[in-house]
Amino acid sequence: MKKVMMGNHAISYGATLARVQVIAAYPITPQTQVVELLSEIVADQKLKAEFIKVESEHSAMAACIGASSAGARAFTATSAQGLALMHELLHWAAGARLPIVMANINRAMAPPWTIWTDQNDSLSQRDTGWMQIYCQSNQEVLDSVIMAYKVAEKVLMPVMIVLDAFSLSHTYESVDIPDQALVDKYLPAFDYKYKLDVKNPHTYGGLTTPDWYMEFRIKMHEAMEQALVEIKKEAPVFQKVFGRFYDTVDPYMVDDAETVLVTSGTAASTARFAVDQLRAEGKKVGNLRMRVLRPFPFADVRQQLKNAKKIIIVDRDISYGYHGIWAQEVKSALYGHSQVPVFNFIAGLGGRDIFPETYYNIIALVEKKDKPDQELYWVEVKK
Amino acid sequence: MKPTLPLEELMSPGHLACQGCGAGIAMRTTLKALGQDTIFTFPACCWTVIDGPFPYSCLEVPLLHMAFEATAATASGIKAAMDTLGKGKTTICGWAGDGGTFDIGLQALSGAAERNDDIFYFCYDNEAYMNTGIQRSGATPYGAWTTTTPVKHFKKEVKKSIDDIVAAHKVPYQATASVAYPEDLYKKLIKAKDIRGFKFIHIIAPCPPGWKAKPEDTVKLARLAVQTGVFPVYEVESGKYLQTIKTAKRKPVLEYLKLQGRFKHLKEDDVTDVQKLVDLRYAELEKRFQGC
Repeated sequence: MKKVMMGNHAISYGATLARVQVIAAYPITPQTQVVELLSEIVADQKLKAEFIKVESEHSAMAACIGASSAGARAFTATSAQGLALMHELLHWAAGARLPIVMANINRAMAPPWTIWTDQNDSLSQRDTGWMQIYCQSNQEVLDSVIMAYKVAEKVLMPVMIVLDAFSLSHTYESVDIPDQALVDKYLPAFDYKYKLDVKNPHTYGGLTTPDWYMEFRIKMHEAMEQALVEIKKEAPVFQKVFGRFYDTVDPYMVDDAETVLVTSGTAASTARFAVDQLRAEGKKVGNLRMRVLRPFPFADVRQQLKNAKKIIIVDRDISYGYHGIWAQEVKSALYGHSQVPVFNFIAGLGGRDIFPETYYNIIALVEKKDKPDQELYWVEVKK
Repeated sequence: MKPTLPLEELMSPGHLACQGCGAGIAMRTTLKALGQDTIFTFPACCWTVIDGPFPYSCLEVPLLHMAFEATAATASGIKAAMDTLGKGKTTICGWAGDGGTFDIGLQALSGAAERNDDIFYFCYDNEAYMNTGIQRSGATPYGAWTTTTPVKHFKKEVKKSIDDIVAAHKVPYQATASVAYPEDLYKKLIKAKDIRGFKFIHIIAPCPPGWKAKPEDTVKLARLAVQTGVFPVYEVESGKYLQTIKTAKRKPVLEYLKLQGRFKHLKEDDVTDVQKLVDLRYAELEKRFQGC
């Protein structure tokens, strides 16, 4: 069934179709509609779940950790400050190997107060052990929630579904809501082998000496490597059932492109419009949309960028005193594999629009240079 | 002689508690009341260590270790899962020290109490951050030495009234208890187990290293805490206060203080001040006991 809906509601429908059993959430703009719709769906008993209206995001994640440990499929959603407040427990959820799925609506960090999009909130949770999947359409958001549980429950690691504030969260698009029966077939019920069980009592997360700590950590890393295999494996399976294909990266006209714009989130949709215009002018430009940040798709990134003569990474985020975060990631994957110059642009922070003109200006600047003469370039910043 | 408590033990020997640990007695008694169909979550606290290092555990019930400030919310999450999975009869308990309850965990505690989530929240109170080396907490009483309230600058603030804070949430059941009166604690838990909603149990649990007391004095101190009125033992059921261990003629507080090195520096005037504070608080509670 097709329905016109905002990105936030696409998350709610995705969670409902995935038959989540415990939801714990705290309101924060621009995430609120996710939990408003879910609370209604649960109250109407259209979804058999418990909704805990917690008093903070920290408690939201704590409740999800408790619920998931007890064997329930757990879900939450947040943004920016809320995600940052959860930080300690993001490590906990991953360390406890719990397949929790969370939606994070990208909102820039304060101060100064802002509610608009950029990716610094989620990207600064990069090393917590969560998979991160960046979406560019409401359809992808809904589908990714369902896929996320499939992968998470296979490898026992949590997943963050990431989407831009307003340009996706509050933007209405036509979304196909898959049949519940199809989703049930694709995503079996959560059967957690290590659940808190009074008939088989165990202690989880107890004090561990240097003799064993590293063994827990290598298992997490191996699970993340396996997650990459599972994401690749699920793509055609999901496509077969639902007709839509999602890989780790999403290339657009990159095969013969001399210049590739590497982007993520909704900035990619605009990049594709720009690519079409530039192609019409005879410029060989392509777009590589980064979809999965963790586990990082090294091979796919190297493969997609192997023909490029120049690579431009447009970051809607910044690691102060370094590069954009995606630039660090992509450059590190290319190191030793490519001699191609990589240009890093910082654009669209705090929800400033990234227009096609933004990309035209970026391309015009890069055309004049053989290699970058700055570590990074800020785009459209007032002096 | 008929035993006053069940003989069944769900806590095994070999745990890592210090000699004379009140928190150990508190858990042992609690498990006798709650039984096997119980799940615990602990924040960072002495019990993080007492339970034993990976892969050992001295408890024969499932246990989820959790972050310091997250006890109540974690218990709420476990409870929600058990309800939705059709295992709603299992008793879900958060079990935290005083730091994890009075201070860093207060927000989550308040949230769960306000939502009236159907869980037990236990605070075993040894009146300081004992696990990290005896730093003062919101539960440390006036006059006490700790490593962050050194002798020359002993704690000048009174102990936070956590029971009143919880009572302000109008929870269906709350109680204080002392490890010196295990039958009282047992009885309260048996009753509370059948009450739906949020249950708060606050247990005074002496800590020999932290209180600079003899391990063999733990039970004596826990009894004196009640007999002097330092830690009145009562329950509040639907707003009604009932003193479960009567202390018609309270002993002077000095009897309690003098067994503990943490109060050794107190001069006569200081002891008088402590006595006044205890009297004041006791009078306040007495009105509530009589009013009900």
